[in-house]
Amino acid sequence: MELKNLYREIVNEHNLHPTHKGDMESPSMILNGVNPSCGDDIYLQLKLDENDIVTDGCFNGSGCAISQASADMMLDLIIGSSKEEALAYAERFMNMVRSTATPEEIESLDEAASLEDISHMPARVKCATLGWKTMQRMLRDGESEGGSRQSCGGC
Amino acid sequence: MDVNLIRRDFPILADNPEYIYFDNAATSQRPVQVLEAIENFYRTTNANPLRGLYEWSVGATDIYEKSRHAMAGFIGAEHDEEIIFVRNATEALNLVAYSYGLNNLHEGDEILITVMEHHSDILPWQMVARSTGAVLKYIEPEDDGIITEENLKSCVTEKTKLIGMALVSNVLGVKNPVKLAAELVHANGGVMVADGAQGVPHMKVDVKEIGADFLAFSGHKMLGPMGIGALYGRMELLEKMPPFLSGGEMIEYVKRDSATYAELPHKFEAGTVNAAGAAGMAAAAEYLNSIGFDAIEEQENKVTKIVYEGLKSIPYVHVYGSDDVTKHSGIVTFNIDGCHPHDISTVLDDEHIAVRAGHHCAQPLMEFMQERLKMEFRATARASVYFYNTEEEAERFVEAVKKVRGWLGYGA
Repeated sequence: MELKNLYREIVNEHNLHPTHKGDMESPSMILNGVNPSCGDDIYLQLKLDENDIVTDGCFNGSGCAISQASADMMLDLIIGSSKEEALAYAERFMNMVRSTATPEEIESLDEAASLEDISHMPARVKCATLGWKTMQRMLRDGESEGGSRQSCGGC
Repeated sequence: MDVNLIRRDFPILADNPEYIYFDNAATSQRPVQVLEAIENFYRTTNANPLRGLYEWSVGATDIYEKSRHAMAGFIGAEHDEEIIFVRNATEALNLVAYSYGLNNLHEGDEILITVMEHHSDILPWQMVARSTGAVLKYIEPEDDGIITEENLKSCVTEKTKLIGMALVSNVLGVKNPVKLAAELVHANGGVMVADGAQGVPHMKVDVKEIGADFLAFSGHKMLGPMGIGALYGRMELLEKMPPFLSGGEMIEYVKRDSATYAELPHKFEAGTVNAAGAAGMAAAAEYLNSIGFDAIEEQENKVTKIVYEGLKSIPYVHVYGSDDVTKHSGIVTFNIDGCHPHDISTVLDDEHIAVRAGHHCAQPLMEFMQERLKMEFRATARASVYFYNTEEEAERFVEAVKKVRGWLGYGA
């Protein structure tokens, strides 16, 4: 897709009118993700229930349209998913921007699949993956800077 | 100077008339004369220079040393041995930091640099400061990027033993007061390290006139190939400095536990050198001289004026640096309300326009500008022109920038 079309059809909407931008009350986990090469900076907040289902999520911060839109699309996908499913989405998204995903994997990413062309632009891959990597650090590695599930080394 | 004739010398420009290359501060394009000089080396006399005792190696040495002579003349060095070939300006600055800085700076000495230095003129000094106990201090410019005489004088103390300063900022295009800085640091018995990466391609530089003890510059920003650059160093300083890298062709005698080093400049050129690169860089210098820096600056200023004034006239666009376009050295750095620079660059790319976006390897300056000028993001977009860019390109560029907000989903 021509890049201006990608912006017009998908990215601008998620960047200018994001569904999940803001703060939530009593998140389970909060984590700051930064992309030093362009100053993208997001705070991802997730709420998980006792069965490790992501029941809600939001992000805050500033950055380029690709980073913001990608985080918003990610939350569209993972809210309502289990922790394992959310991490599987992240794996598929990472494969997609590394050009190693199967067509089925890409299709399963729904709107986020529109960012496939980013794989040809190494300079933008970091923008597109910022939210996803932050989510991986939270759900896979247990990193958190606040919320009711603070990571504190075994307590 | 006829810019359309000039463009015929650059195959990539001649082959892509629709493409607007406005990222010359990152790297320039190369004319056929430079490409031929590189090819000529490999086609006619390729052998390892300086070592061999046969015709081709002698020929390779000849081309390499003639290139050194050309670079010495290009920046006004008195002796050819004062030119050390390196990979790029970054390596040149590291050479000075490791070889001069670590051996001549002491606890309590001050290293003074500007906040607009490229990371390659910041990190080596951070290393020297950490290792020697010297203190690294920064000069901050006015809002328009200018460092005034009073400001500079107030930052230099009797402890200032080294000043590092770009001739031209790679973000704001402003020319820095290197000559005054050299006078001030020399009064303390210190040295002036000039980063010429952005200055040498765009203006006539004479190391003796500006008083630089060291001058670092890259070939690739001045029409030469990538992977070759030069360090000028004053002979008396270079002679006392230890080698930066060690290995082949930089020695006199090597025993099992010790070695004595070769004479200048070979002491600083360990390993097989980039002779074809040096030949390309010398051809680039010759090309620039044949056009002349007066004509180069005139064309750059013509194009820059259209870019600068065009961007200034667009609502939502912020242009940084001096209001005087002749103080931009072809660089116009800008932002658009609500649009991250990366998105600006991405949508301009769809119009076949190449501009740089991000922090430009100058994060301390971005932080300074964000705080002082209330920038929305800690990043900017940058259009940088060279003498082969045209007024028509500048006009097309301005028209494209007018549309960026619309492409990014804003009403206007």
